[in-house]
Amino acid sequence: MTSLHDRHLEPLIMAGLDGANWRIGDYVKRGGYDALKMILDTGIKPEGVIAEVKKSALRGRGGAGFPTGLKWSFMPRGFPGAKYVVCNSDEGEPGTFKDRDIIRYNPHILIEGMIIAGYAMGVSVGYNYIHGEIWADYERFEEALEEARAAGFLGRKILGTEFSFELHAHHGFGAYICGEETALLESLEGKKGQPRFKPPFPASYGLYGKPTTINNTETFAAVPWIIRNGGDKFLAIGRPNNGGTKIFSISGDVERAGNYEIPLGTPFAKLLELAGGMRGGRKIKAVIPGGSSMPVLTGDVMMATDMDYDSIAKAGSMLGSGAVIVMDETRCMVKSLLRLSYFYFEESCGQCTPCREGTGWLYRVVHRIEHGLGRPEDLDMLNSVADNIQGRTICALGDAAAMPVRAFVKTYRDEFEYHIEHKHCLVPTYV
Amino acid sequence: MSTEILNAESIRRIDREIAKYPSDQKQSAVMAALAIAQDQHGWLSPDTMQAVADYLEMPAVAVQEVATFYNMYNLKPGTKYKLTVCTNLPCALSGGERAAEYLKKKLGVGYREATPDGRFMLVEGECMGACGDAPVLLVNNKRMCSFMSNDKLDALVEELK
Repeated sequence: MTSLHDRHLEPLIMAGLDGANWRIGDYVKRGGYDALKMILDTGIKPEGVIAEVKKSALRGRGGAGFPTGLKWSFMPRGFPGAKYVVCNSDEGEPGTFKDRDIIRYNPHILIEGMIIAGYAMGVSVGYNYIHGEIWADYERFEEALEEARAAGFLGRKILGTEFSFELHAHHGFGAYICGEETALLESLEGKKGQPRFKPPFPASYGLYGKPTTINNTETFAAVPWIIRNGGDKFLAIGRPNNGGTKIFSISGDVERAGNYEIPLGTPFAKLLELAGGMRGGRKIKAVIPGGSSMPVLTGDVMMATDMDYDSIAKAGSMLGSGAVIVMDETRCMVKSLLRLSYFYFEESCGQCTPCREGTGWLYRVVHRIEHGLGRPEDLDMLNSVADNIQGRTICALGDAAAMPVRAFVKTYRDEFEYHIEHKHCLVPTYV
Repeated sequence: MSTEILNAESIRRIDREIAKYPSDQKQSAVMAALAIAQDQHGWLSPDTMQAVADYLEMPAVAVQEVATFYNMYNLKPGTKYKLTVCTNLPCALSGGERAAEYLKKKLGVGYREATPDGRFMLVEGECMGACGDAPVLLVNNKRMCSFMSNDKLDALVEELK
């Protein structure tokens, strides 16, 4: 439902979707698998494919924003034996729900993107790791894979060439941490999803210890268009260093929560307008622009910001996964932070002490402030706990837990102080 | 032993999963195998985990590590239906908590409590990656229900009765 509307701007991935036209025949009618055919027909070299992706300035859509072409070029070309390409569809960052819609409404665009990635990096096996909460969509993806196999786009000697590529779906079963790429690899190997030390990076030591490239669903899904139309054209849609469109998942106090695919660099005000504006015409108070781990910004700052990696970084936050959580003037910032802190406490994998223990401290201190038991020194304590987590853990979950706390306390300090002093909210109601 | 605990249908499904991975990496199928075993039994007993371990030729403790790490595996026999409601921030802003409170009242239970007839257990869930559909809940892990107004919650409970 959330992507099936006509309020995208210049969509590349979500264009022409109606919810029923996800099958291979529909996709081919939309120009699907043309990019793969073109590569195999004209014999473009793998290096040429990577060069095109580099030219597009496509950046990783999962959160980190790393240049995709560069990542692909890290794969050791001459490495003998197995190499892997893995798609991270373990979408569970609160506020993010875009990859699910790609999988259920346009699965073949992802499959084609992964096949092209396999060709470009000399890889013959891929996995798509889909989180277990969207079981029906996992099953649909499996069905789409069967269609692609039957049509000769997957398997041995694709379209009669020497290129072979097989792709499988793997499901998660409830662990946010598996969205971290090395935890995902552990999970794919049949273990607890606890992140690995980096280095070595997956490009040299990944799945089963073999060179592996992991990209987000939306990143792979952008690739067929880039190959069909050229990297330059993709770049021209967005801004320099911020190529193409991005799918923003907008949730919270807006009239029409949903996914909106728009060119990078579109003003936030325009995105809010596409989402029908603020619910009930209320005033905007706060926005988390890139998924729950990213620093919160005030509504005023957001209304003056454009939606691209560099602009949001300049405003003091991060574009992250493109999950935009909007809160209106009736929302209590202490209670909002409390819910997020509980999430990180619950989802910490327990491997690193600062995160395992620190997320519990963050939650308990915010909890007592929210429930009228806060002490004046608690705000400093929150920052101190955040200091002791951030940068001291194997993976970024620790940072993800610390950053929102820091930003909420900094940006809405008066509200936290009011809570501690008066034992109740500054704003009248919640939920 | 293992073939009794995992019936023919489960074995067929597990074999299909094993085929996805390199022949020396059967362990990669453990998450799927446990989910399949849970489909058959409703939960994962130590015997079931042992059977999965035997079938995948991996240590039982490694299977248990996986079963206890991921929160959609049921480690105790449960109710007929487990209703997991997402109350995370984006959902809470659009009625997720309201839906959970409504269900608590309607079923007369708190989180992690079973109704006296053994039909329902209510669980507070974390992000399911479907925030745009809030309120969202899962029935027995695999069926996602979206936009759960009070009326739709009434209809769902009626359907499952």
